[in-house]
Amino acid sequence: MAGTDGTIRTDHHTAHPGHTAHPGHADRTTRTDHTNETGETDETGDTDDMDDMDDTPVMYVESSVAGAAKILVVGPMGVGKTTLIGTVSEIKPLSTEATMSQAGARLDTKVRPSKTTTTVALDFGRITLGGELVLYLFGTPGQQRFLPAWKDLARGALGALALVDTRDLEASFDAIGHLEDLDVPFSVAVNAFPDSTPHNEDDLRSALDLLPHTPLVICDAREHKSSVQALISLVSHLIETLTEAS
Amino acid sequence: MSRPGEERTTAAVRPYVITRGRAGSSRDALPLETLVMASGSALPPHLQPEYRRIAGFCQGLLSVAEVAAHLGQPPAVVQVLLADLIGWGHIVARPPIRVVKRKRADLDLLRKVLDGLESKL
Repeated sequence: MAGTDGTIRTDHHTAHPGHTAHPGHADRTTRTDHTNETGETDETGDTDDMDDMDDTPVMYVESSVAGAAKILVVGPMGVGKTTLIGTVSEIKPLSTEATMSQAGARLDTKVRPSKTTTTVALDFGRITLGGELVLYLFGTPGQQRFLPAWKDLARGALGALALVDTRDLEASFDAIGHLEDLDVPFSVAVNAFPDSTPHNEDDLRSALDLLPHTPLVICDAREHKSSVQALISLVSHLIETLTEAS
Repeated sequence: MSRPGEERTTAAVRPYVITRGRAGSSRDALPLETLVMASGSALPPHLQPEYRRIAGFCQGLLSVAEVAAHLGQPPAVVQVLLADLIGWGHIVARPPIRVVKRKRADLDLLRKVLDGLESKL
C-alpha cells in the first residue's frame, strides 16, 4: 500500500518552520494540516504555492474503472485528516485547492473585507474498489470561513467522515455543524492520539451533540485497518439510513 | 518565487487570462472527481500551450483533481480548460457516480463501496 509516508509536496510547502507537532504523533499530520489551512493566497504571500508542478509520479486509474465516487474527510486543523487519507490511499496524497464561489467570497467579507477570492487547500487520496469504481477522499478544513468552499465539494458526495480530537472537541463543532447544514450524512471518528485520555462514548456523544443514529468510532488514523474500518462504519451507516428510508 | 527556467503561472492573475475570465465563474464546473482521458484526436496547431499540457498529461484516466494537483494549476482553471477540451472532443470524461436521490441505485453503489472497502482489510 503506497502513501503511508506522508504527503508529497513541492519544496517550499515543507519549508515552513515552527509549527508544533502533536506530541507523539507523526509530524506529517501537522505539516500537512497546517498547509491545509494556509488557504489565503494574498495573506501568505505565497501566491504561486499551487503552481508548482507536483513531482509525484502519476499513477493512472485502471481503464476498467467506470466512474468515481467521493467521500469527504472533515475536521479541524491537525486532527489527522491527511494522515487518514494517506493511510488508506493507493496514491500518495495530493494537494490542490478549492476556490470559493463569488457568493462565498461575499460571505467571507464579514471576516476579511478586502478579499474577493479565497481558496482552501484540499488534500486528497484515492482507492480503487473492485476494478470498476474509484473512491476519492477529499480532506477539508472545518473552519466557519471555509463553508462556502464546501458546498461544491459536498455536492454528490456519498457522505463524510468527521474526525474529532478529544483534546479539543470544540474545534470539531464547525465541521459537524456544516455537515448538518449541508445535509451531508456523516459518521464521527475519534482519532485516538497517544496522549488523549479515553472518553466515555456517551459523554462524547453528548459533548458533540450527536443524534442517536450517528455512528461514533474510535480510530487511529495512522493504522490502515483502523482507518478503513472508520470508512466502513460510515458506509454501513449510509446503507442503513437508505434501507430504513425505503 | 519563480526559479529561472520553470514554467509557472501566477495564481492571482493568469488563471483568468488563460481561461478568458471564466475561471471560478461557472456554476456547473466539472466536478473534481470526474475521470478524464485524452481521446487521441490530434490537437489543432494553434491551441494554447495550457491546453496542450493538459491533453498531453491525460494519457490515462485521472480525476480532474489529480490533473490539477500534478500540473500545479488551480482546479478552477483546469476545470474550464478540460471542459473546453471535452467540448472539442480531445478529452473524454467519465462523469462521477453520485448520490443524489438516495434511491435504489444509490444502495447498489454503496454496497459496492462497502464490499470494496471490506476487501481492503
